Amino acid sequence: MKAPDFRYHRPSTLEEAVALLGACEDARVLAGGQSLMPMLNLRVASPGHLIDLGGIASLAGIDEHEGELLIGAMTTQRALELSPCVAKAMPLLAEAVAHVGHQQTRNRGTIGGSLCHLDPGAELPVVAAALDAILIATGPGGSREIRFADFAMGYLTSSLAPDEILTSVRFPRTPVRTGVAFLEFNRRPADFAIVSVAVTLSFGPDGRITRAAIALGGSYAMPVRLSEAEAALVGYAPDESRFTEAASMASAVPCDGDDLYPGDYRQELAGTLVARALRRAAASIGSASHG
Amino acid sequence: MVELHRITMNVNGHEVQAEIEARINLADFLRKDLRLTGTHVGCEHGVCGACTVLVDGASVRSCLMLAVQAQGRFVETIESLADGPDLHPIQVALARHHGLQCGYCTPGVAMTIKELVADAAGRALTEGEIRAALSGNLCRCTGYQGMVAAVKDVLDPPVEPQRRSR
Repeated sequence: MKAPDFRYHRPSTLEEAVALLGACEDARVLAGGQSLMPMLNLRVASPGHLIDLGGIASLAGIDEHEGELLIGAMTTQRALELSPCVAKAMPLLAEAVAHVGHQQTRNRGTIGGSLCHLDPGAELPVVAAALDAILIATGPGGSREIRFADFAMGYLTSSLAPDEILTSVRFPRTPVRTGVAFLEFNRRPADFAIVSVAVTLSFGPDGRITRAAIALGGSYAMPVRLSEAEAALVGYAPDESRFTEAASMASAVPCDGDDLYPGDYRQELAGTLVARALRRAAASIGSASHG
Repeated sequence: MVELHRITMNVNGHEVQAEIEARINLADFLRKDLRLTGTHVGCEHGVCGACTVLVDGASVRSCLMLAVQAQGRFVETIESLADGPDLHPIQVALARHHGLQCGYCTPGVAMTIKELVADAAGRALTEGEIRAALSGNLCRCTGYQGMVAAVKDVLDPPVEPQRRSR
């Protein structure tokens, strides 16, 4: 189908965009358009106004400072994929972004759009959950920082106020000696994940796990952190019995299901993927430069 | 009252100007306003890849981009490939290797291959990389074998064209 009629705005500054968003009734922000455009074409969404952020150059870019990454909300997924900075400082993000759609959509799709849309099968929100990303939003009253845990509120729902715009995402520095892995299962590569998992494992000088993060996607309306399974790993050396225990905790977490993929099937997948991801994260540190 | 936007863009080397509604996507603008009907429209929600064109050299699904967003950009469609009656090497390779049957997906496939070859910049690609690049273009005829062979051919043309038995 064709998109319904709307008023189109293309501000060139963030201030202008925030002012428009406050002034226009029934407005939606357009980032890369790889989710909103299908919704318009299918007439699932029919906003009165579209505010296109594509004209605001300051919203795109990747900055690295002592291992911490600050990524502009309008940075394309393709730019993340090609960035040596991302590959070095945030290998989990680099690994996951290759699973996001196809090159034709990554060329337009943005990190901010993906995080704000919060599709349950999307990869980048799961990475943001695992890496404790901080989202920076600007509204009429100024800017604020939102932890990802306080950002994802439910199915396709963020805690952004209606007059706020996500401007950038900060990924805190990963400790040295950290191994990461991103895995997902789907029927065809590049589809949304049926279940995805993002794992980081940090190790102390004695080889024991000092910090673990396990985030699941696809299993629930929004990404979830498996804090119990994480806690069960900390303080121990990475061995198969620990990983199996964490995996069984992962598969005990109830999952939402649908007609194609029932909840218990997703739970099985979650357990299998968590075990594989933990093994891979532990193995990746062996010879990696992050070791 | 419908609001019209004046846009200017470069399409296949030609400067074009138009006044259009914001809701018109790039695919429909190319097909209906510019009469460049080589770009095909399949699913209209970004899944099939039939409408793939290049914008500033990068492949995009033209059903997921508004024509007003192409303001000031360089757009390349399938019509830019052949030079008069002389087919582009990508088209020649697709034909030689039976990389198309019904042809509906072919314009999108050819533009995807154009980006792939440009990105490779002379580097050899693995079959996995070629298949990953083509995975964004749904083809229900060929099974992709011919397309993969065509890409390999474009990247590394045989000195003498050989007859292939399959």
